[in-house]
Amino acid sequence: MPEKPLSKAPIYTEFHPRWYRPHVSVYWWLGQRQYLKFILREISSVFVAWFVVLMLLQLRALRSGPDAYSRFSHWLQNPLVIAINIVSLFFVIFHAITWFNLAPRAMAVRVRGKQLPEIMISAPNYAMWVVVSAGVAWLVLR
Amino acid sequence: MKDTIIVEIPRYSPERDAEPHFQRFEVPVYKEWVVLDALNYIKDKLDGSLTYRWSCRMGICGSCGMMVNGEPKLSCATFLSTYARNGAAVRVEPLRYFPVIRDLVTELSDFLAKLKRVKPWLLREDEPSLAQGEFLQTPEQLEEYKQFSMCINCTLCYAACPVVGLDPVFVGPAAIALAQRYNKDSRDEGAEERLAILEHPEGIWGCTFVGECTRVCPKHVDPAGAIQQYKLTAALDWVKSFVMPLGRKNKDVDHAGKAA
Repeated sequence: MPEKPLSKAPIYTEFHPRWYRPHVSVYWWLGQRQYLKFILREISSVFVAWFVVLMLLQLRALRSGPDAYSRFSHWLQNPLVIAINIVSLFFVIFHAITWFNLAPRAMAVRVRGKQLPEIMISAPNYAMWVVVSAGVAWLVLR
Repeated sequence: MKDTIIVEIPRYSPERDAEPHFQRFEVPVYKEWVVLDALNYIKDKLDGSLTYRWSCRMGICGSCGMMVNGEPKLSCATFLSTYARNGAAVRVEPLRYFPVIRDLVTELSDFLAKLKRVKPWLLREDEPSLAQGEFLQTPEQLEEYKQFSMCINCTLCYAACPVVGLDPVFVGPAAIALAQRYNKDSRDEGAEERLAILEHPEGIWGCTFVGECTRVCPKHVDPAGAIQQYKLTAALDWVKSFVMPLGRKNKDVDHAGKAA
């Protein structure tokens, strides 16, 4: 029973007269670098979602004709939107890298009784990322 | 003149204090001294009332886990000189997120209850008679679960896990890794029973994959890996229950390669 002022009659828990239970601060994630990195990794999903929304808006503009699409392109050139997209790009890359680095944790692949080294799981992920990115770049820039 | 270091320790007596207050001790630093040696020095020479747990002083018993400068550590395996070199004081606190009974001693009954909940023993549908002899296991089958079996219940992973602190009902890293240790054991047939216990937000789905449990584990058990692999098994099991609604009765969950 924590945070109670001392009284004459102790409050009994299961095994001990009293114990002290520290309070966990709302800002627990600020104190430690790893925790901060974790929270940033979690927040990055918001920016991933933002890019998905952006793509859906782009598709809608594309369907509505050339006028709507040029209006959409113009909107994209707004400095505020550019700023948001730069921040989003940073977070999406952060998201991808941390995701690929964590993939070997979740996948314990065994070949002939031996566990594959972590690099054998993460490397194909990175390779796929590069290939898909190159494909997209070729489509967009050709 | 030999080096000294200031050791800061929160003192808490349930009979006297409403909350802990820090006390500073000056302790000599020898090259071969670990944090536990400093505590023993304090108890022997400076203040016999200092209370803390320890036993084997060789990283096997798992009882001397403490926060050393905010990091969960086995105090028997953490050299004092690492901190003396900074010239600063070293702060030794009870493991985070646990209730404190006295000084550096944490309350473990909740942890022990959680361990028991995952049924960490061999579950069998049939109990073969002793006359049939022992269960045989190949080195490969041992390798499957050996890493998860190295846990010494030091609870460092609980002190590293923010989910444990924020959501006290979470079963926690060591207990889930222990469940996985038995799931992966070729002699065990209880994977489905344990999955039913852990397939909840209090169990595997409570984990947000901070990954700190794995980083602080002194025995390299990799609880974070165990939990993520468990999630994968649970997700596949869920998919299977859709594809083959009747298949669940057959013990097809994670039972590949079981010894007959």
